[in-house]
Amino acid sequence: MADAGSLINWSLLALDPPGWGGVLLGGLWQSVQIAIGGYALGLVLGTGGAMGKLYGGPVTRDLLEVYTTLVRAVPELVLILILYYAGTDVLNRLSSAAGWGPVDISGLAAGIFVIGVVQGAYSTEVLRGAIKAVPAGQIEAARAYGMSPLQIMRRITLPAMLPHAIPGLSNLWLIATKDTALLAVVGFSELTLVTRQAAGSTKAYLLFFCAAGALYLMITLVSNVLIGFIERHYRRGMPETVR
Amino acid sequence: MSDPTVAAMALTELPTRQSFFKPHRIVLMAIAAVLVFCIVWFMRWDWVPKYSGRLVHGVGVTLMLLFVTSILGFLLAVPIGLVQVTGPWPLKMLAKGFCTIVRGTPLLLQLWLLYYGLGSLFPQFPEIRNSFLWPYLREAWPYGVAALTISFAAYEGEVMRGAFAGVPPGELEAARAYGMSPFTVFRRIWLPRAIHRALPTLNGETVLQLKATPLVATITVIDVYAVVSKVRQETYITYEPLLLLALIYLCLTALLVVGFRYFESRIPTRGA
Repeated sequence: MADAGSLINWSLLALDPPGWGGVLLGGLWQSVQIAIGGYALGLVLGTGGAMGKLYGGPVTRDLLEVYTTLVRAVPELVLILILYYAGTDVLNRLSSAAGWGPVDISGLAAGIFVIGVVQGAYSTEVLRGAIKAVPAGQIEAARAYGMSPLQIMRRITLPAMLPHAIPGLSNLWLIATKDTALLAVVGFSELTLVTRQAAGSTKAYLLFFCAAGALYLMITLVSNVLIGFIERHYRRGMPETVR
Repeated sequence: MSDPTVAAMALTELPTRQSFFKPHRIVLMAIAAVLVFCIVWFMRWDWVPKYSGRLVHGVGVTLMLLFVTSILGFLLAVPIGLVQVTGPWPLKMLAKGFCTIVRGTPLLLQLWLLYYGLGSLFPQFPEIRNSFLWPYLREAWPYGVAALTISFAAYEGEVMRGAFAGVPPGELEAARAYGMSPFTVFRRIWLPRAIHRALPTLNGETVLQLKATPLVATITVIDVYAVVSKVRQETYITYEPLLLLALIYLCLTALLVVGFRYFESRIPTRGA
C-alpha cells in the first residue's frame, strides 16, 4: 500500500526509461499528428461538402445531408469503431481482390482517416453557414465579371467567408484534439492510452492522469493564443462584435 | 441565442423534408430500401432476440445517465454562469478556471482520472472505507455520473454565462424598480429569461451529452454501448451490433430533438 508521500513520486515523470515522461511525450506527439491530419482531412471534406450542399445537384445535396445527419447523430466513439474496423476491412479486401495480398494499415493513417471523416461532417456545417453569410451580391458581381466558379471560390467566397468560419473552425480544432483520446478505445497508443498504461504499471494513477491532463490543457491554451492571432488577422475590417 | 458551433456540432435541426416525392428522392429511397433489405437479409441478426432484454436495459441505463447528469449538470451550471456575470472576482476566477480546465481536457481522461485515480486513492483512507458511502464508491457508476455531470456543468456554465449576460438590462432595472428583492428578480425575471435564451443551445448540449455517455462503458458501467460490446465479444460478429447501436443512438437523438422542439414551442414568445 502506498503512503501519501509516494503519491507524488516526481521521478516517475523523468524523460529516461525508468521514468515515463518520454513515453507520455511520444503519445502527445502521436495525438498532435492525428489531430492535425484529421483536422486537415476534415477541412478538405468539409469544403467539398459545403460546396456540394450549397451549389450541388439535388442528389449530391441529399447524400451530403445523409452524411452530416448520420455523423452528427451517432456518438463519435461508435463512429470511430465502425470506421476503424470497416475501413481497414474494406481496404484489406480491396487489396486482396486486386491481388496485392493483405495490406498493413498503420494506426496513424487509420486514426487520421477516422477523425477526418467525423470532422468532415462538422466542418461541412460550419463552412456552409459561413458561406451563406457572404453577401450574395458579392458573388453575383464576381460572376458578372466573368469569373469561373473556381475563381469565384478562390478569390471571393473563401476569403470573404473566413471571418465567419473562424470561431466554428477553431472550436472544431479543439474538438479534434480531444477526440483523439477516443482512439484509445480501439487500442491506438496516443496520449490517453499511453497514460493509462503508465499509470497501470506504476500504480500512480493520479499523477499520470493529471500530467496528461496538463499536456492536453497546454495544447488547448497554446491553440487559443494562436487562434486569437489568426482571428485578429482575418477580422480586420469587420465590425467589432459585442461579446 | 443559438450558438452556431453547437448547432453545427450536434444535430439540433432535424432535416426537414419539404416533399418526399421528388423523382430523384424516390430513386434514392429505392436504393436505400434495397440497401436496408440487403443488410437485413444477408447479415446475421439471429443474436438480437437473445440479447433484446439486455439491450433494452442498456438503453434504460443510457437514458438514466443522460437525464441525471444533464439535470445535475444544469443545476451546477446556473451558479457557474451567474457567478461569472455578477460574482466577486475570486469566484469569477474560480468558475472561469473550472470551465477552462474541464473544457480543455478530453472527457475520457477525466473519466479515467476519477475512476482509476480517485478510485485508487479512496481505499487508502479508513474513514472513507468505514463511511456509509463506501458501498457506492466501490461501484463504477458514481464516477461516471460525476464525470459526465462535471463536463456538462462546464460546457453549460459557459452557455449560461452568455445567456445571463444577454438578458436586456432594462428588464432587470424594471423589476428592481417594482421593488423586487435581488432574489425575486433572479427567480422571476433573470433565470427564466436566461433559460429561454439558452434553450436552443441547451438542446445541442444535451445531444452532445447523449453522445458522450458511451464513454462510461470504458469504466465497466453497463450501458447500451457496453451491451453491444459484450455481444461482439461473445458472438464474434463485427458489424451488425455496431450498426444496431448506431441506429439506436440515431433514434435517441431524434427523440431528444423532437422533445426539445415541443418544449420550446410551449414557451410563448412575442412576435416570432
